[in-house]
Amino acid sequence: MVNLKIDGIAVSVPENTTILEAAAKVGINIPTLCYLKDLNEIGACRICVVEIEGTEKLRAACNNPVEEGMVVYTDSPKVRKARKTNLQLILSQHDSKCTSCYRNGNCTLQSLSEKFGITSNPFTETPAKNNWNYEFPLIREESKCIKCMRCIQICDKVQSLNIWDLKGTGSHTTVGVAGGKTIDGVHCSLCGQCITHCPVGALHERDDTAKVICALEDEKKVTVVQIAPAVRAAWGEHLGVKREDATVKKLVSALRKIGFDYIFDTNFSADLTIMEEGSEFIEKLTHREENKFPMFTSCCPGWVRFIKTEYPDMVNMLSTAKSPQAMFGAVTKTYFTEKAGVAPENIFSVSIMPCTSKKSECDIETLNGSGEKDVDVVLTTREVDRLIKASNIDVAALEEEDFDSPLGDGSGAAVIFGATGGVMEAALRSAYYLVTGKKPDPDAFRSVRGFDGPWREAQIDIDGTTVNVAVASGLANTRALLEAIRAGKVSYDFVEIMACPGGCGGGGGQPIHDGEELAQARDENLYTLDKNNPVRFSHENPAVLKVYEEYFGKPLSHKAHELLHTDHFSWDVVK
Amino acid sequence: MDRLSLTNKSASTVALEGLAKSVGNWLPAAAQGICPVDTVAAYIKTCLTQSCGKCVPCRVGLKKLGEIHEKILEGNGEMQDLSLIESTAAVIADSADCAIGYIAGEMALTAVRAFRDDYESHIRKNWCSAREEQPVPCSALCPAQVDIPGYIALVSNGRYADAIRLIRKDNPFPSVCGLICEHPCETGCKRNLVDDAVNIRGIKRYAAEKAGHVPAPGCGEPTGKKVAVIGAGPAGLTAAYYLALMGHRVDVYEKRSHAGGMLRYGIPDYRLPEKTLTDEINVILETGVNLHLNTDIGKDISITEIVEGADATFITIGAHSDKKLRIDGENLNGVIPAVSLLRKIGDGEKPDFSGKKVCVVGGGNVAMDAARSSVRLGAEKVSIVYRRRQADMTALAEEVEGAIAEGCEPVTMMAPVRVEGDENGNAKYLICQPQIISNISRDGRPGVKAADEPEVKLDADIIIVAIGQAIESAPFGEFGLPLKWDTIAASDECDFENVPGVFCGGDCATGPATVIKAIAAGKVAARNIDKYLGFDHEIKLDVEIPAPSLHDRPACGRVTMKERDADERKHDFDLMEKCMTEQEVMQESSRCLGCDHFGYGKFRGGRCFKW
Repeated sequence: MVNLKIDGIAVSVPENTTILEAAAKVGINIPTLCYLKDLNEIGACRICVVEIEGTEKLRAACNNPVEEGMVVYTDSPKVRKARKTNLQLILSQHDSKCTSCYRNGNCTLQSLSEKFGITSNPFTETPAKNNWNYEFPLIREESKCIKCMRCIQICDKVQSLNIWDLKGTGSHTTVGVAGGKTIDGVHCSLCGQCITHCPVGALHERDDTAKVICALEDEKKVTVVQIAPAVRAAWGEHLGVKREDATVKKLVSALRKIGFDYIFDTNFSADLTIMEEGSEFIEKLTHREENKFPMFTSCCPGWVRFIKTEYPDMVNMLSTAKSPQAMFGAVTKTYFTEKAGVAPENIFSVSIMPCTSKKSECDIETLNGSGEKDVDVVLTTREVDRLIKASNIDVAALEEEDFDSPLGDGSGAAVIFGATGGVMEAALRSAYYLVTGKKPDPDAFRSVRGFDGPWREAQIDIDGTTVNVAVASGLANTRALLEAIRAGKVSYDFVEIMACPGGCGGGGGQPIHDGEELAQARDENLYTLDKNNPVRFSHENPAVLKVYEEYFGKPLSHKAHELLHTDHFSWDVVK
Repeated sequence: MDRLSLTNKSASTVALEGLAKSVGNWLPAAAQGICPVDTVAAYIKTCLTQSCGKCVPCRVGLKKLGEIHEKILEGNGEMQDLSLIESTAAVIADSADCAIGYIAGEMALTAVRAFRDDYESHIRKNWCSAREEQPVPCSALCPAQVDIPGYIALVSNGRYADAIRLIRKDNPFPSVCGLICEHPCETGCKRNLVDDAVNIRGIKRYAAEKAGHVPAPGCGEPTGKKVAVIGAGPAGLTAAYYLALMGHRVDVYEKRSHAGGMLRYGIPDYRLPEKTLTDEINVILETGVNLHLNTDIGKDISITEIVEGADATFITIGAHSDKKLRIDGENLNGVIPAVSLLRKIGDGEKPDFSGKKVCVVGGGNVAMDAARSSVRLGAEKVSIVYRRRQADMTALAEEVEGAIAEGCEPVTMMAPVRVEGDENGNAKYLICQPQIISNISRDGRPGVKAADEPEVKLDADIIIVAIGQAIESAPFGEFGLPLKWDTIAASDECDFENVPGVFCGGDCATGPATVIKAIAAGKVAARNIDKYLGFDHEIKLDVEIPAPSLHDRPACGRVTMKERDADERKHDFDLMEKCMTEQEVMQESSRCLGCDHFGYGKFRGGRCFKW
């Protein structure tokens, strides 16, 4: 143990503890800006500087370990002056029009400025000019970037895609797309992790709320909205509602108030996905010699973009099943329009997703099955929150309301699509039934849940056949898994991949809480919803059974192939 | 007439001089990874501070050049800006009245032409490709990329054996390099910004001496692959060491009776004691490397036989042959190549130069070694004959100073024209034509031409020719490897386009260079041979580096190495340099600014954990 004094308080901490962590241990909260635990401990912003007795130079608390006998001052006049000046310097290059910023009220720079009493700035404000393709779903505003390097670190270390890099040197140093390329010319998965780890508003999704408002105002349009599983675990976070109180039924109520005509649940098409993907897997297993294994899940568009660009030789191992969002879009503008007697071209189909990559998925032409654009607009959880706020809805007073019929039913198996391992667990539940005709304990496959290791694996016995499965989330973990598969070090039959760490719970479209990773808490919420759902199996979802009965016949039927499956080779990530 | 007064430096003049000196220190200390366009912009701005403002091209032209540079740096440049820079710079160079203007113009013109690609990258992509991947200057400048801040931190903590282990991750010759490395690392040391570079080599030497014998790490699983190495010099032994650690079987073939190459046969004992070298080589051999001495490839075994008998071959035969003066009388007795003399001494044969007058021709490190060895062999007088000025000598300054301290006399601005002998065919005089220093060539070295002075006759019983070394590469050319002059033209990856499985590096590929460059070639070859053999072995860091000390680093003088008194050391071949004391090494280590942790290194590239 190392003994030291911080602001007069004696502290004893293990060796190699940082000054920041030691201070936190005794309740002293040293302010940070660029710091991101384990990922970005580079001392760049100089906000966390502290004074150490006997030395002249201030040192960063975030990346310097304690020393025996050290006497630290975290709030001396010298420290305060340095923090304030450095903040003012950062602000001098930051477009501080907070009122029109996506992160207004949720910005670390804004809150630090408030905390340190920045009411004026002696330095001329010269934010850089923005230069970006605003059509792209991921937007970077150079004028707001504070060069904390977090986006670079998360993309390098967690997602292994190295999309961002430092560009320029000296005072011209900023962040840009690596190699001087443009964002639409690189292998960006659009996972949005750089957005959720940006402390300011420099990175955000393309805001599509205006398009939705326009459609809502258009009397000729019938608006249909679907809500993805993981959205229900997070949508209330920035609306002042506790997770357990912010039920999906209250979200349904909010959307109805906003004016959507039909409010449906992506859980419906998640169950449909299980029927198709599960049947595809069983089909492949029964003709093992003719197929390449593992079969990879295909519901995460970030992952699909990743495998298409980074491992193109393995694309033929992806399930051909469309994502639940895309299946939903196809069903909406075919089955539903027929049933409701609405012309497909009069439907405006919106999906609410915890995801930024889904915004690009809905623009893939070959994914459309209805002859129209199956999904017109994708909103992230953050955008729908903005829409709710802008509609002046008193969220606390919302009553619970039911989804509309017929695409409003979802099983417990569907809701866990939003958690890492959930698709696998849901698929195994139904696959087991489809092969054996017996219903397993719905919690029998819970070993694929969790957050440990680069990937998790399980051996499942289905009627005497051992099925080897693996689950990974986060693209660096995914890369490690794919390399191991490619090198023959491991072999699996079925693999679930989610681009975002923790799956959609940690999705790049979810509400942002600087410095906190909430995937686990959201995933747990989804598992509770699964447990409380009377229907725990996709193949028991009555709406799904009905759509097969009335429309598709059976899984993998000709019509199902036409509308619910896709050719992953029919489009390119980089045009 | 007004009264006169002496001018004294005002406080502001002193401050300005300090500033100018700091600017001077700044650039060499950070010459890697800086943007050429930004540097030219800063250069132009600095030039402008010197402009008196009288003339248009300098006052206005430089200012406009600066503005165009800023525009490009801000990402707003256009391609036509480049021709504007070029034509404006040319006019400034041609029409400015004094050197401030025309030199600035010339430099800007040179820059825009030399850095054309960088300018274009800024204009077309708003992207600067200059940013370095290795921001720790000492490690970046070390050809073998040794983790210098890492081992200095270990030395600070008294963990000498760990320091040696860490060095061996990239360089299996820590003791040798502690004594004789040319330390290119020190030239870029950021400490130059504060006061003076850290004495990195001295710290390494201390660690090596205090650590004593540190066994080699264990070897990996045997791969069943065989690698042949031709030549047991620093490059060959380095490659052998890493290849053995990776699990390959390595056979090293050495023409001479001992391993070490130029370390043994080129560097005299007073700089690198034979025992230090042998001990270090023995650690390398601990890994199971098979050494075949007295085996002349091309004579005892054919090159083809070696290459065909191994899965991969690394050729590293060094540069052991001499270059001739090509003057009359060169064949007289007493005219000897420096490499032959040093080789003899390396084999333990010490000729007696008692009473002889020796002229060493050349100004490089080998010339100094030959001169200082001659002193130790008892020569009555040793002259170092050189065509240029002492300042132009390519030998390390401390080598030249050491030679002078031991009584060698530099005879500069003298070009040998012939050797005159006595009736027995023994050399007697070296006749030289005095030279005058002349124009500076593009590489920055001044040329010489004959001065309008008569020839000079120097007494010379022995003339040691140290004007460069040659490579016995012909047999390898016949074998089918490409040659360029007498070097074997291997790629920067130490291989050949059309000769799979054959690798080459060190002096024989580059021409005579430094030990650390040879070691780097061995490292590169080892990695690429491993890849060629279908493996991807990693050489890893197995030492935990202590946390950086948070103390201030105030300006503090550099501890320099002490040597034994010249009067004493010049009579023997014992090591002349003294080791730092503990007090010295602790102070010197604490001067390290820790670029691995403080600054960019903490973000990227501060430490290379494996290769």
